[in-house]
Amino acid sequence: MSGPVERIVVPKPNHLRRNLIILGVTALIVGSAWFAGFDLGRILLNLRKGGRLLGRMFLRPDWAYTPRIVDPLLETVKMSIVGTFWGAILAFPTAVFAANNFIKNPWIAQPLRVILNITRSIPAMVMASVFVAVFGIGAFSGVMALVIFTFGLISKLTFESIEAIDQGQVEALQAVGANKPNILRYAIVPQILPQFLSYTLYGFEINVRAAAVLGYVGAGGIGQIFEQNLAWRNFDRVGLIIIISFFVVLVIDLASSAMRRKLV
Amino acid sequence: MIQFTNVSKTYPNGVQALKGVNLTIEKGEFVAILGLSGAGKSTLLRLINQLIDTTEGEVVVNGVVVNKAAGKTLRNIRRQIGMIFQGFNIVKRMSVLANVLSGRVAYNPTWRTVLGLFPEEDKQIAYRALKRVDILEKVHTRASELSGGQQQRVAIARALAQEPLVMLADEPVASLDPVTTIQVMDYLKKINREDGITTVANLHHVDLALKYATRVVGIRAGTIVYDKPMKDIDTGNFLHEMEQVYGRRIHADEVLGDEE
Amino acid sequence: MTDRILVPKERNPLRTLYNILNYGGLAALVLWSSSGIQYLGIMQTARGTLEAILRGFILPDVAYLANWTKDGLPYAIVETVAISIAGTFASALLSIPVALLASQNIVGPRVSKLGKVIVTAVRTFPELILALIFISVVGPGAPAGILAIGIHSIGMLAKLFSEAIESMDMGVKEALDSCGATPMEVLFRAMLPEVAPEFISYTLYRFEINVRAASTLGLVGAGGIGAPLIFAIRNRAWSRVGIIMIVMVIVVTVIDLVSGRLRKKLV
Repeated sequence: MSGPVERIVVPKPNHLRRNLIILGVTALIVGSAWFAGFDLGRILLNLRKGGRLLGRMFLRPDWAYTPRIVDPLLETVKMSIVGTFWGAILAFPTAVFAANNFIKNPWIAQPLRVILNITRSIPAMVMASVFVAVFGIGAFSGVMALVIFTFGLISKLTFESIEAIDQGQVEALQAVGANKPNILRYAIVPQILPQFLSYTLYGFEINVRAAAVLGYVGAGGIGQIFEQNLAWRNFDRVGLIIIISFFVVLVIDLASSAMRRKLV
Repeated sequence: MIQFTNVSKTYPNGVQALKGVNLTIEKGEFVAILGLSGAGKSTLLRLINQLIDTTEGEVVVNGVVVNKAAGKTLRNIRRQIGMIFQGFNIVKRMSVLANVLSGRVAYNPTWRTVLGLFPEEDKQIAYRALKRVDILEKVHTRASELSGGQQQRVAIARALAQEPLVMLADEPVASLDPVTTIQVMDYLKKINREDGITTVANLHHVDLALKYATRVVGIRAGTIVYDKPMKDIDTGNFLHEMEQVYGRRIHADEVLGDEE
Repeated sequence: MTDRILVPKERNPLRTLYNILNYGGLAALVLWSSSGIQYLGIMQTARGTLEAILRGFILPDVAYLANWTKDGLPYAIVETVAISIAGTFASALLSIPVALLASQNIVGPRVSKLGKVIVTAVRTFPELILALIFISVVGPGAPAGILAIGIHSIGMLAKLFSEAIESMDMGVKEALDSCGATPMEVLFRAMLPEVAPEFISYTLYRFEINVRAASTLGLVGAGGIGAPLIFAIRNRAWSRVGIIMIVMVIVVTVIDLVSGRLRKKLV
């Protein structure tokens, strides 16, 4: 290229749609923060107070309190196990019926899905609170909430798995004259069992976390002790509870994740 | 322009890709590098702009030592070396213009390039580059909407926008159909001739070397086993000579052939 | 005449032992767990309460829904959604640098291991505890909820983001490196554009979860519908509980549908 170079003129691009979307999303976010009264300045000012509180909780926890929380922690774990177990047991047949490629009856599948949707839309804490009002304070209410929550979670994951199976195996069985229970046993279950177990373990991981806090509303486990100490402002004990619970959940998580990896 | 002095490269996994390579490439040459996969072609190319660093030896480009360079020095070296790849490596979700402007990043402060605030002059350079490869009309098109050949032309434009002294091409046409292959190679040759940009290209098809290069270098197991300027090559005997480089017969897919 | 073919029975003692341990162990675990939980004489009082709850759902407190003031249902729901929006967005921004620290192809194997540990640690920390801590710091109300959700969601988003980064095609990074780009330039002009749709999709997914979380956090005083809800439950105002739950399920379902559709368009 030599000589004077001419300027190239290029038509301007049309970014209207993109810019409107960006503007809209930004307005949504800023509006939300404003509506909720989020004042970054005030929060930063209070940060020092937060730091001191965290120090009281975690730098000088009340280690002597540890024996007192062993039983509640055990209760939390037990709640999770029972809740996951029954939730999974209930989930399996529900998932089978809710899948659109097995029973193939929309009058059964659709209402089931609506029910599952509802159970998953209500947070476990809310259910626990209601159950506490019904069944009283204690682990039973928590277990009920966990059962329903787990049931909803595992059902959804499982019926999605069922709908994603290799239909070829089903067809092969149909060709030899198998009925529905046969198909279930020999084509569907073998394919989805590892995933179902994996989902159950996943549900268990979530439940341990959930169970730990359900006690806050009186549904048993470590949460109750936590709430009491918080109300009494025994922050050193609060910190201890958090630390110990944290490690228990972490260990369970790691073990469960390891098992899940071996499944799928 | 490019000088390799006793260059060796051994990878951390123990593989020795290059052994004691000496190579001098003059300004304006169009060098085709041929050889089996794994012979060391990609390594050789990437040593020129330090995408890979040497284990031993020295690489000098335009009088500047490339190996062990860092920071601003490396940035300045790399901005003068354009590179295109077999997989095009175009950011699909960005516009063609944004992709080409990425070639100007080393000529602008980082805050400008991150925010996309390139000066008008850089945009003009980008437009001109796009015009050179006849794809200016797609300037605001999303890259994902382009064909493979078009994306590779955008890649060439991105390299051109750097106003480079050297152009590296790592198997630039291996993913393209025969017609587009000729098109892209024609562009590379045009740029090499018109702008005097020293071009080093790894090629999968051996006859493309004959058609476009001014010099053919053959690599086998990490050493250069063949190095002849075009005028010294007997085209009739070329395939046979390449069998020495490859250590076996040349496969059908390694020859582009004629398009009638 | 066909002879009977005899095939030895498949008897693998190790396998049998394994099965006994597995199933037996599971059964023992469940039994032991169940033993700790007392099923008190609950059914007596429960029946009456359950009936009252059912009545509350059939005849919900619609007046509460029509109450457009700060004390009404619409305000609380909007606040809940607002908390999720602000919290999820803040979390997405914060998760990007954390995800980079946890990605092997960015910071190398050793640093990324540390990054992954940090992410796991954040995930394990219950949201509720975070909310309580923030309430102690900035006082009760929605801002504490935003902070709790913002920090806790990093656990999931950073993990998903880093998975996207690690499975990214590194070619565009190489291309920009060859132009002489600085790490920031490579990040903004090559990597983020590549993974942006996945990031947005994951963020929307987390938003769906956070709407539920935000309503829970209100239970402890972090703003939103949770506080009126727990109030109503404790006071056994079942018709109010009814309307709140009905509206909540509807809102969550609608948000899920819209968000799901948006996500499908992205990937």
